[in-house]
Amino acid sequence: MLYIKCPHCGMRPQTEFSYGGDASVKRPELNKDVSDQEWDDFVYNRKSLRGKHLELWQHISGCRQWIKVERDTATHEIFRTFKADEEVA
Amino acid sequence: MTQAFRIETGGLINREKKLSFKFNGKSYSGYEGDTLASALLANGVHLVGRSFKYHRPRGFFGAGVDEPYAVVQLYRNGETEPNIKATEQELFEGLEAKSVNCWPNVNFDIGAINNFLKIFLPAGFYYKTFMWPKSFWYRIYEPFIRKAAGLGVASTKHDNERYEHKYEYCDLLIAGSGPSGLAGAYAAAKNGAKVILAEDKPRFGGSLLTSDVNIGNQSGKDWAEGIIAELKTMSNVVVKNRSQIFGYYDHNMLVMSEKVSDHLPNTKKYHPNKRLWYIRAKEVLISSGSIERPIVFGNNDTPGVMLSSAAKEYLKVYGVLVGRNPLVFTNNDSGYETAIEFKKLGVDPIILDTRKNPASEIIDEAKNLGINIKNSYVVVAAQGYKKVKSADIASISDDKKQLGKIESIKCDCICVSGFWTPSIHLASQSGNKTKFKEEIDAFVPGQSKQNERTLGAANGVFSLEETLKTSFAAGSELSKKITENDNEVPVPNVVEKKFSQHDKFWCVPLPEGKNYKRFLDFQNDVSVSDVEIALREGYRSIEHVKRYTTLGMATDQGKTSNLNGLQLVSEIENKVVPAVGHTTFRPPYTPVSIGAIVGREVGKHSKPTRKSPMHNWHEKNNAVFVDAGVWLRPRYYKRGNENLFEASKREAKNVRTNVGVCDVTTLGKIDIKGPDAAEFLNRVYTNAWLKLPVGKARYGVMLREDGIVMDDGTTTRISENHYHMTTTTAQAANVLSHLEYYLQLVWPKLNVNVVSTTEQWAGAAIAGPKSRVLLQKLFPNSDVSNEGLPFMGYMEGDLFGVKARIFRISFSGELAYEVNVESDNGNYMWEKIVEVGEQFKIQPYGTEALSTLRIEMGHVAGSELDGRTIPYDNALEGLVSKKKDFIGKRSLQRAAFTAHDRQRIVGVVPLDKKTSIPEGSHLVKDANAPLPNPKLGHISASCWSVEHDNPFSLAILKDGKNMIGEKLFVMSPLKNKVIPVEIVSSHYVDPKGERVRS
Repeated sequence: MLYIKCPHCGMRPQTEFSYGGDASVKRPELNKDVSDQEWDDFVYNRKSLRGKHLELWQHISGCRQWIKVERDTATHEIFRTFKADEEVA
Repeated sequence: MTQAFRIETGGLINREKKLSFKFNGKSYSGYEGDTLASALLANGVHLVGRSFKYHRPRGFFGAGVDEPYAVVQLYRNGETEPNIKATEQELFEGLEAKSVNCWPNVNFDIGAINNFLKIFLPAGFYYKTFMWPKSFWYRIYEPFIRKAAGLGVASTKHDNERYEHKYEYCDLLIAGSGPSGLAGAYAAAKNGAKVILAEDKPRFGGSLLTSDVNIGNQSGKDWAEGIIAELKTMSNVVVKNRSQIFGYYDHNMLVMSEKVSDHLPNTKKYHPNKRLWYIRAKEVLISSGSIERPIVFGNNDTPGVMLSSAAKEYLKVYGVLVGRNPLVFTNNDSGYETAIEFKKLGVDPIILDTRKNPASEIIDEAKNLGINIKNSYVVVAAQGYKKVKSADIASISDDKKQLGKIESIKCDCICVSGFWTPSIHLASQSGNKTKFKEEIDAFVPGQSKQNERTLGAANGVFSLEETLKTSFAAGSELSKKITENDNEVPVPNVVEKKFSQHDKFWCVPLPEGKNYKRFLDFQNDVSVSDVEIALREGYRSIEHVKRYTTLGMATDQGKTSNLNGLQLVSEIENKVVPAVGHTTFRPPYTPVSIGAIVGREVGKHSKPTRKSPMHNWHEKNNAVFVDAGVWLRPRYYKRGNENLFEASKREAKNVRTNVGVCDVTTLGKIDIKGPDAAEFLNRVYTNAWLKLPVGKARYGVMLREDGIVMDDGTTTRISENHYHMTTTTAQAANVLSHLEYYLQLVWPKLNVNVVSTTEQWAGAAIAGPKSRVLLQKLFPNSDVSNEGLPFMGYMEGDLFGVKARIFRISFSGELAYEVNVESDNGNYMWEKIVEVGEQFKIQPYGTEALSTLRIEMGHVAGSELDGRTIPYDNALEGLVSKKKDFIGKRSLQRAAFTAHDRQRIVGVVPLDKKTSIPEGSHLVKDANAPLPNPKLGHISASCWSVEHDNPFSLAILKDGKNMIGEKLFVMSPLKNKVIPVEIVSSHYVDPKGERVRS
């Protein structure tokens, strides 16, 4: 079971969180013309990479905040966590 | 039978307390502190079971967790449990156990014929034999294999025992209480670290209980007792026996199974049977020790052949002689320790040492005691069927290839030592890449992956002095890092005998003309020849060899067999062992009860049960409940002998003719506040929200980004910047997360807050033509006329002193209202509605009538919004704005979503107006078409229309728009039904929607 540092609450077990997928996906702006390809990339296409992955989790049984977690998908090592509005350098 | 093999004194058992027990129906006695194994051995019982494949007689091989043979069926307190290791089961008064894998009994087992058919049961036998004819598999082969295989029978009764889960955090978790575990725990505890020390056996001390060593001028055993006694007094230390750490998971989470009650005849009141500990440790010290390795020789599975360390443990801990005429077969000095213990009791052992000229302190001691030692000698084969009677022995050449002349010597047990295998399971599970250590012919942990360190014998260190030194140091160092204390603990002086180099010899060659079975895996009956066959047939990867032969796949997970298997593969393949590699160690290290894993989450406790504030009223009024997610909702209110069909029809009809009241508390409710709330709703819902006035409600549909309908419901503008959203019962939690996602991540600049208020409001739907007159009586001071409170209107009112919210919304399609009050007032509200409503013939209605009402109105619900439909499919395209953008809008342009024959909701009526249509059935054009009959759509919901008094269903049908009036067939192969039907509009009742506005 992973041990995730919520930037708001501290170290919490995985069971308090729910997974939210790739955090690098950006939703196209509203009212903008979007090509089929661009929209498919946003809705469906994910890299599913092995290694360092920036992903979203929601602290669903805690502060209910969405957070970003930098995790190795192969080893489960968690490097850093960020608040929703924090820029990831 | 008396305990003929119990020595007069010695051992750690309590001779004051005699216990009686039964094995295979026969009564025996033992002492408190015995295991079932030691008590049986004390009574001279060596035959405990039959082997898995060949049904050969099997006895005891080990004395603990590594035992491959002595698996029994246990009976305790009216319950039965399979797969219990007799070497781990502590004796209690009245214990009963039986052998497994034998029929009719262990002494005469019909399955033993397999032993003589073994030529037909080689590796891969299942794959080769049971392949054809194909139809035989289910009828003949599989039932036969199921009956023949297995190591016991699971109980079919409800398990009355309780199992608990516990979550714990600590600085240092220490797995194993042998010398390294004790030293590490003690040093860390002295630095104030929070320590958990876990030992799988009942007694602490590990190898110190049986070895002849001195620590700090006392015996190893006394030293261990002293340390444990002190640790138990420290408030920062938890010491647990009968507790096996069986799994090492991510981020230093380890799981431990504590046997709380297995050693007692009954589980004490309020005590669990087992307790599963989830331990998050900052640092882990793995001091799991090592397991003695067998040497492979002919018939090495005969009862009486056992590990020499086990023979020593039975002697030193339990005071039991495993034989009076022992033969010790060893390739290292450990065998000598066992022989010396025998000799001290006046038993004369013979040592066969595979080495030519070994010399060490302990060998000298054996010689001085006058023990008969034969160097360069091996056991070629054990002789005897149900018990060892003699051994064929021979000298062996220096290159270990040639056997000398075979002699037979009498013996009643053969104690084998092929050196030691570190227990690296936990380290390996943590992700540690293990490495092969040439000096000990075994794998040891390599670079640490998580915060773990392996010490002592588990790390391939077999010198006590070295073990204590490194373990004290590790305990100090790791705890210092955490507590910043630095209390130096002096390392005690150690007196132990130095060992000489072991012999890298592990398998005795077959003598010419003999074809003895030489077993590698004792539990799964995998022999040397099986692995040879696998390699000959082309299996190369050790993982494949394992699966083909089942080597190491039994419940003991190859604790005694893995390394010898690797040795064999490396020898045949002419590779070194590290190049062959080992199979993956996976948790659990030892079998864990399913009950312990499930814990308290059984039956009603497997999920929470949510009840509305009106639940007690429903109960008192004969409600029959149904699970709606985690909620309990009234399905119908039973009157007299009514069944579900009759009751729901009555309730629905009463709504259509008079007035009904339904508990709608379970609907999800979300409070939305902030200056940008309208803009936010406008993005979330498919329809327009910017112009909704205060005091008005609107129906809305929300999509996922892929264009699929996520949920629907009404949202009401309570005040300028305050909205009250409702969701379906099932989607409430997902919708909240969905809204939070967009507010926190996508549009953080919107000034809006959302919070769930599902639990804060109790809701009652009042529906039917008489609902307005009822409402007037309930709220005499409010203007609830059609003008004062029009359709989709909202107002606040006073319900006999209680503040209420009144929404004019309708799910039933009738003139209807929903009244919400604070949850605490829910029951008061409900009673008032029923009391005042009596004059209008009010009846409560449940979810079944609610469904009937919405289905015949063509209102969609969860069965249509099933995660596969878009607004058009549900005839909701009128709610999709063409002007503004919203979540999921772009996806609606997908070709499949705009296809001219896109699926759409329709109504379905059977031609005979009688046959009810099963939900989930398929719609087809031709009932007699060959299979697979092309499916045009499916029935999503069915009811008995109370308005038309005939069955009516909703369906999602291909090109539904143009199918009205068509005649099709409903097919339900599950119910064996074919029903001719007509497709009609989904709005079966009041298609113009006049009633809701009346």
